[in-house]
This record gives sequence, C-alpha cells and structure tokens, in this order.
Amino acid sequence: MSLIELRDLTHIYSQGTPFEKVAIDSLSLSIEAGQTVGLIGHTGSGKSTLISHLNALLKPSSGTVLLDGEDIFASKAAIRAARFRVGVVFQYPEYQLFEETVFADIAYGPKNLKLDNAEIDRRVREAAAFVGLDAGQFDRSPLELSGGQKRRAAIAGVLAMEPDVLVLDEPTAGLDPAGREDLLGRLFRWREVRGATIILVTHDMSIANRCDRLVVMSEGKIVLDGTPEAVFAHGEQLVSIGLDLPAAAHIAKLLRDQGLDLPAGIYTLDRLAEAILALRGKGASPC
Amino acid sequence: MLKDITLGQYFPGDTVVHRLDPRTKLVLTLVYIAALFMVGSWGGYALVFAALASVAAVAHIRPRALLKGLKPLVFIIVFTAVLNLFFTGGDDILFQWRSIHVTWSGLKRAVSMVLRILLLVSGTFMLTYTTSPLAITDGLEKLLSPLKKLHVPVYELSLMMCIALRFIPTLIEETDRIMSAQKARGADLETGTLPERAKALLPLLIPLFISSFRRADELALAMECRCYNGGEGRTRMKQLRMAWQDGVAFALGAALVAGILLLRRLGI
Repeated sequence: MSLIELRDLTHIYSQGTPFEKVAIDSLSLSIEAGQTVGLIGHTGSGKSTLISHLNALLKPSSGTVLLDGEDIFASKAAIRAARFRVGVVFQYPEYQLFEETVFADIAYGPKNLKLDNAEIDRRVREAAAFVGLDAGQFDRSPLELSGGQKRRAAIAGVLAMEPDVLVLDEPTAGLDPAGREDLLGRLFRWREVRGATIILVTHDMSIANRCDRLVVMSEGKIVLDGTPEAVFAHGEQLVSIGLDLPAAAHIAKLLRDQGLDLPAGIYTLDRLAEAILALRGKGASPC
Repeated sequence: MLKDITLGQYFPGDTVVHRLDPRTKLVLTLVYIAALFMVGSWGGYALVFAALASVAAVAHIRPRALLKGLKPLVFIIVFTAVLNLFFTGGDDILFQWRSIHVTWSGLKRAVSMVLRILLLVSGTFMLTYTTSPLAITDGLEKLLSPLKKLHVPVYELSLMMCIALRFIPTLIEETDRIMSAQKARGADLETGTLPERAKALLPLLIPLFISSFRRADELALAMECRCYNGGEGRTRMKQLRMAWQDGVAFALGAALVAGILLLRRLGI
C-alpha cells in the first residue's frame, strides 16, 4: 500500500463564477514511504494547489486523498491527524513567524499536538539542530534574525512536529547558493535519520536532480513521472512546458553541438566531468 | 476559501455598460436612487424594475449574481417587512388576532418598502458589478475635484482609497497563506470557547500586521524612488472622456425620472 495516494483528484477554484479555474484536473498519484519526490512544473501548473490537499487544507472538488489507505477527509479527527502526519512548509515560510522568541515559535506546532513540556523541549532542540540554528538564538525575537535564519526557524517549526511526510514548497527560494546547498543537505539528512518521506516542490533543476523520483506537472495534470534520468531524457518536452534542463545537461548539449562526442544522459556536473575526462583519455583532446 | 469572497464585486466584461465613463455611472446611480424615492405608485416600481432589468441584461449580469449579492440583506428585508406589516396604523383592518392586527395599508407599505430596498441595492450593484474599484475612485476624484477649492484633500483621499482597494486582494491572499501555514502547524481556528478562539487568532494577526507595515514601507520607498511628491500637477495615464454613449445614458436616466413623475401624477 502506498503511503499517499491521490485518486482522480480535481480542484476547481471559484466554481460557478466567471473566475472559475481548474487548478488540478483528475490527477492520480501514489507516493511510497521513504522516497524523496520532486514535484516540478511551471508557475500556475497546480503544484501548490496539489500540496495543500496532502494535509487537508484544501478539499478536492472531486476525488480522494488517501493516507495509509484512509481518506483524510473522512472525519474532523482524520483531518487533524493528517495535518500532523504531513508537515507542509509553504513558500517563504519566514512570514508565518509570530511568537516572542524563536523557541516559542518552533514550539507552536508541538504545543498544538498537546505534548508535555519535556517532549516539546526535546523536539524543539532537535529540530533546531537539524536546520542549524544554535541554542544561543532561542531567546531572541524571530524578527531579529537574518533572512536565512528566519527561514531555518520556520522550517524547524514544522520539523518539530515530527511528521512522517515533509512537504516543502520552494524551500530554497531567495537563498544564496551556499545557503541553498546547506539547507538541502540538512533536509536530506533529516529524511535519512527519521526515515521520513520528502515531497519537494521546486523549479530549480539542480535540486530536482537530487530526488529519487520526479513528477512533472503542467496545467493541472501529470505529464512526466520517473527517475530524474528518465524525466530529463524528455528534454524537449520539458522545455516546451516552460521548464529548464539542469545546467549540466545544457552544457553537454552545447558541447555536443560543437562536435564533442559526449554520451546521452548527462544531468549532473559530476557525470559531465567524467564524460569529458573519458573523452580526453581516448585521445580526442577536448581542450 | 477566502479567495471566493467577491470584494468590490466587480465582474469584468466588455459591454456598453462596462465602457461607460465611471462619472456617468456614479451620477446615474445617484439619479436612480433619487428616482426610486420619488416613486409614488405601483407603476413606478414596475418602471424602475424594467429599467434595472434592461441595464442588467445589457451588462450581462445574471440574475443569480444579483440574488447572491442580496443574500446578506435578508435579515434587514425581513425585519423591515415585519415592522411595517404589524405596526402601521389605520382602520382598513385586513386581519386581526388578539392585539395583533394587520391593516391593508400596512401590507401595501411593507411590500413597497421591501421593493424599495431590493431595487435600491440591486441598482447600486449595477455600478459595482460593471465598474472596477479603481475606475470608481478615478471617477469620484474627478467629480469631487471642485471641493479642492475648499481645501478638501481630494487627491490624497482618492490615493488612499486607491491604495486600500489595491491591497485588499493582496491582504486576502496573505491572510490565506498565513492561515494555511498556521493550520499546517496544527492551529485550530474553528473550535474552542470564545477567548480560546480569540487567542488562536494571534498567530494569524501578528504576521499580518508585520507584513502590512513592511509592505507600507516598501510602497512608500518605491513611490519616492519614482519621485512621487503629491498630487499637484500630476497627469494620468487613463484620461476619463465622455463619449456619445454617456449622453444616451444621461438621456435614459432623465427619461426614467420623467416616467416616474408622470406615473405618480397619473396614479398608476
């Protein structure tokens, strides 16, 4: 049984008014436990609407959302349970910080879980350590933190709920490359330690590259689904729906156009470097 | 979802009514309201209704949209009807039970009051459904500009209104987003006692206030960067111009008033 299963999900905004818009169009998808799934698509392709269904924030116009085989909209208790099992970090989560101290803000989720103080304390410290916030920051106001630290504190607020599934909408948007790498590394490590599932919404192909599986959305439907290699092999289709190829694939294509005999299927910089070195070994000096 | 709120209730379209100058529509709405209060006979109500129905038809406003807009008024309408029905004096008693009595004139008065409210509100919907809030602000500014002579800060008022209107959708979106984020962290906004629910709103209100201040700051900075220094001598990108359609609209408005007065005279 899949951890999450969407069956024939359709979501229509402002149904019955002139502003009616089909955001998700009879979409089916199942996600296995322990995967890191990248959800990619152009702006307005329905990614954000889709993830709001995973923790029952949006009710589908039709179709069902199953978590461990059970309908998350079955009852109020089921909805609440889904909220805690599926942690969602929305885009620019730093705007949700509100408590007087960083500690209290991270503790907001666990408090809503009605945990005892010792457990809350443990979870807050652990979550903060995962995102790289040191305990010295706990007593500061979240508004005094730098942009990157705010982002970390907000993500820690969701991690502290210890969800089985972590959904992140563009978690690295607006961060510099070093900050992006650091945060991604920490999230992947969290997934390994907790044995959790991650769903990562992004349109950064270098991030998508590092997922186990990619789901590509366009106009409310899934158009491609598979390993990053399988998905990036459909380069032209990706470009036609407004997405980019990873930088390495792009460079490989330019080099091939220049007459270099590079093999197909290069999507990472490491692979590209290897391939170029291999060419060099063959004596067809590329430089 | 908050997104479903139709604020300002503007329905974009491209009909003659949509294209009329906002000043024309504003003035005609006032004329319409005045005309409605001049109605003195059932025939008058029929005429106003016919005028309203034809404007709605020309503007492609569906009756359903109008009814939806009238829904929040149900309480006021029922209240008015009951008040007029039972508390109008007179000797032409229609129905009596103990101390409660309904008179023929009370019934007539209740019906006419309800009609008046319905027509009044639906009439103003013709303005808001077909004119964007920004166009209304522009029109108001132009109409009120003579007040500048009396040192009324017309330009500043309209700019404030304009900014407020502009940020309503942004604010709704923001509220929606923060609400989602806090719900995702297990915030419970729906259940609990009143003090509990008020407290549960804090995680929503604080980020909203913070971001509103931030946004106001950014907007002020952006305006200053583009050398904004008040309304004096500013020209506008969209000039308001009256066209022949506006003349026709005014003529029809005058005809409506004349018709109502005539029907009142004739007592139809």
